[in-house]
Amino acid sequence: MNGAAFIVIAISTLAAALAAATLRKLMHAALSFAAALVGVAAFFFLLGAEFVGLALVFIYIGAVAVLIVFTILLTRRDTGKDHGFNWAGAIIAVAVFGGLMWAILKTQSLVIVAPHTPALTVKRIGVALMTTYVWPLQCVGLLLTAALIGALILVLEEKQ
Amino acid sequence: MTPTLQVFLLVSAALFSIGLLAALSRRHAIFILIGIEMMLAAANLNFIAFWRFGGEHQPPIGVIIALFSIAIAAAEAAVGLAMVIAVYRHYRTTNVDQFDRLHG
Amino acid sequence: MNSWVVAYLWWIPAAPFAASLVILSLSNARRKSAAALAVAGQALALAMSMVAFAVSMQAPGFRAVQNFTWFTFGEQALRLGFVLDPLAAAMLVMIALVGLCIFVFSIGYMAEDKNFTRFFAYLSFFSGAMLGLVIANSLLLLFIFWELVGLASYLLIGFWIQKPSAAAAAKKAFITTRIGDMGLFLGMLWLYGRSGTLLFYDGGNGCLESASFAILGASTTFIALLIFCGAAGKSGQFPLHVWLPDAMEGPTPVSALIHAATMVAAGVFLVARVYPLFSLGAINGVTSSLTVVVWIGITTALMAALIAIAQPDIKRILAYSTVSQLGLMMVSLGVGGVAAGILHLLAHGFFKALLFLGAGSVIHGCHGEQDIRKMGGLGRLMPVTFVTYAIGMMALSGVPFFFSGGWTKEEILHSTANWPRSHLPYYLMLAGVILTALYMTRQMIYVFFGKPRVAAERAHESPRGMTMPLIVLALGAILLSVVLTPAWPWLHDYLVGEPVHFEFGRLIQPMLFISLVLVGAGIAVGFWMYRKAGLPDRGRPAEVDPLEYAQPALFRFLANKIWIDELYDRTVIAFSWMAARLSDWMDRYFWDGLVRGLGGLGQLVGIFTTSIDEHGINAGVDETTAGTRGLGRLMSAAHSGQIQTYLGAVAIGMLALLLLYAWLA
Repeated sequence: MNGAAFIVIAISTLAAALAAATLRKLMHAALSFAAALVGVAAFFFLLGAEFVGLALVFIYIGAVAVLIVFTILLTRRDTGKDHGFNWAGAIIAVAVFGGLMWAILKTQSLVIVAPHTPALTVKRIGVALMTTYVWPLQCVGLLLTAALIGALILVLEEKQ
Repeated sequence: MTPTLQVFLLVSAALFSIGLLAALSRRHAIFILIGIEMMLAAANLNFIAFWRFGGEHQPPIGVIIALFSIAIAAAEAAVGLAMVIAVYRHYRTTNVDQFDRLHG
Repeated sequence: MNSWVVAYLWWIPAAPFAASLVILSLSNARRKSAAALAVAGQALALAMSMVAFAVSMQAPGFRAVQNFTWFTFGEQALRLGFVLDPLAAAMLVMIALVGLCIFVFSIGYMAEDKNFTRFFAYLSFFSGAMLGLVIANSLLLLFIFWELVGLASYLLIGFWIQKPSAAAAAKKAFITTRIGDMGLFLGMLWLYGRSGTLLFYDGGNGCLESASFAILGASTTFIALLIFCGAAGKSGQFPLHVWLPDAMEGPTPVSALIHAATMVAAGVFLVARVYPLFSLGAINGVTSSLTVVVWIGITTALMAALIAIAQPDIKRILAYSTVSQLGLMMVSLGVGGVAAGILHLLAHGFFKALLFLGAGSVIHGCHGEQDIRKMGGLGRLMPVTFVTYAIGMMALSGVPFFFSGGWTKEEILHSTANWPRSHLPYYLMLAGVILTALYMTRQMIYVFFGKPRVAAERAHESPRGMTMPLIVLALGAILLSVVLTPAWPWLHDYLVGEPVHFEFGRLIQPMLFISLVLVGAGIAVGFWMYRKAGLPDRGRPAEVDPLEYAQPALFRFLANKIWIDELYDRTVIAFSWMAARLSDWMDRYFWDGLVRGLGGLGQLVGIFTTSIDEHGINAGVDETTAGTRGLGRLMSAAHSGQIQTYLGAVAIGMLALLLLYAWLA
């Protein structure tokens, strides 16, 4: 694991995330959000979970980010306005960040180096999904179907 | 320098806090969704990191949970955005400050 | 003794049941499939019954039993079972064969009816229940089928439900038999309470086997009499016979199948089945319960035969004749001639079904007319019906040698003559023989002889589908006599469980001459009395019955069925009415007043407590409510409805938890 790569990825990811949270224009924020997710996917690659990284790219950047953009376009008349900023929320967020930092830094057992493990092949993930986790997988499939139908019903034009 | 588990957790905590910031302080409904998605991504990062640093596992449980979590987050995003559109149609606004029909 | 057949015995009733279920699911228009299914189910049952019969012939006194546990409650297991013995096997074949003939006949008879499919569903259902009844090896199972049979009977009597008289007759049949069934049920409970089992045969432990006899003791008489109540209800014995003639409101094939050939015989069959209970502790073949059976039987037989003489309705005459014949069977059982009674039951099943189907054919030919005074001269117009009907009539009257009824009646007379307690039943029975010949002759003359009257003018022979069953049944009535002769009493010995041997000398007996003379006399008197029936004669108008002209009072007495219905109207039903009125009055004024009084008391208490409530308790409650409301208002302020506020609260909570854990660690 490369320390330099980690630093680059960490900085760019957090910068993009911060931009997504704070940019005034919604469209810019959405694009920054996509960039931040690319960073997260890069982390996954770095950690040896290439399949999840790819899945993240496909699902988030390919689907969710596009969905967000579409939503922004569909609610355009309103998105131009700035709805303002809630400073109380910012304070809570900073407090949570501080708490998390303190807890992580205080815990010495976390200062470990990654062990050497054989590469995680897609085959292994597939076998695990199709054997041990086959029922959760089915449930997720059901959930996605339900979510799809639910989303469709929600956006259907209301009848008079 | 090799990154330890701690630095991954620090990055993840930072990402989570930024997501929380977006969800708590922006008034626009879509920002809230983006924030929630970022928090979920941070959680996934934690799963993967713990899996990677936790030694050899059979089956790769952290990865599997991350996959399920991504799937569920996608479902959540779809429904959430659909609700934003539905609410927008109804109230002609996406400002969550004005959604207060449930106030006490 | 056991056999593979008994394990599959339940298939026999299952076939018609299955047919019935399938037919019920058919639409009303699927007439052909319905009829085909019903006939197929019945034919299958007949074939399997034949197999069972063949198996039961392999050894004299054959009996195979198959018991199974229905369910267990606590320590006790309720067991049911099936039994195959000569009694059951003979009944199976008779029911299945007669049933098949009647099914085929019904196709023609009911061709015009719009509820054709439903009719066949009911018929199949009845057939299944009846077949199940005869193979039951448990009084409980028998009772279940008994009630199913009763239900089928109810449904079929009231088949033309649009006719108020049919609906009333169905209700009457159901309620009257229910009175008898009440007795049967009580007897069953008593039997179970004493012996702990309702299985008839159970390897020595059944309620009809020696083990239970020791336990039953003196209560047997009462149990037997209670069971006889059920039998009397089903078999139309006095005083519960009133429903059977009214049951003729059903379609004629139903009358033939249920109310002549099979179901009404169930009572006789029941007595024969539990005969060991009746004959337990017999001295010289006489017990108190059997004596009751004899007297009830002979009363019924004679009374019904008398009433039959004065009836104008072709089916009612046959109905009363059925009641009378069932009485004879009961007498036979009562005096110890079990085999004779069952033989008469089997023979009667054939020739009475034949007579009823013949009557159905006549009614069909006369376009629904049932009054014999309006018929006449049908002998030339409906030759097949006439010949087969004549065979049935002779079998019923007991003409010896060639007709099954003659031999069986002979045997009943024989057993009755040897009854040690009294000779009166024997003489009464001889009188019954004359009366039977008389009323059947009257009917024959009115229907088939003389000139055609109003209803018979446009009569025609029935289609082949209807005459074929008549011919089959007529052949059955004749051929059955071969195995019934005293010279070669094959069927008798089969039922009793003895090896058969041929002895020609037994054919000619003094009793034979007596009955020959009596039957001849009955027929002759009938011919003499009714030779001018339907014609004006010496001051008598054509439509008046010769007997009515000669003895108007007697005729009216008989024609009104000895006023038994009226008697019931004045007594039992009037009593019920009175009881109902009384209960109504009690309810309206006594109980209602009581309730009102109590209610008023409650109201007074209520007024009192209200005042306490308003002035004492309410004030305190009001204070509490106000406090709660204030608190609620305070809390609801936190519920801004702002999603971000909630989310922030969650985040703060999470932070607090995190710090707590970190601090604890």
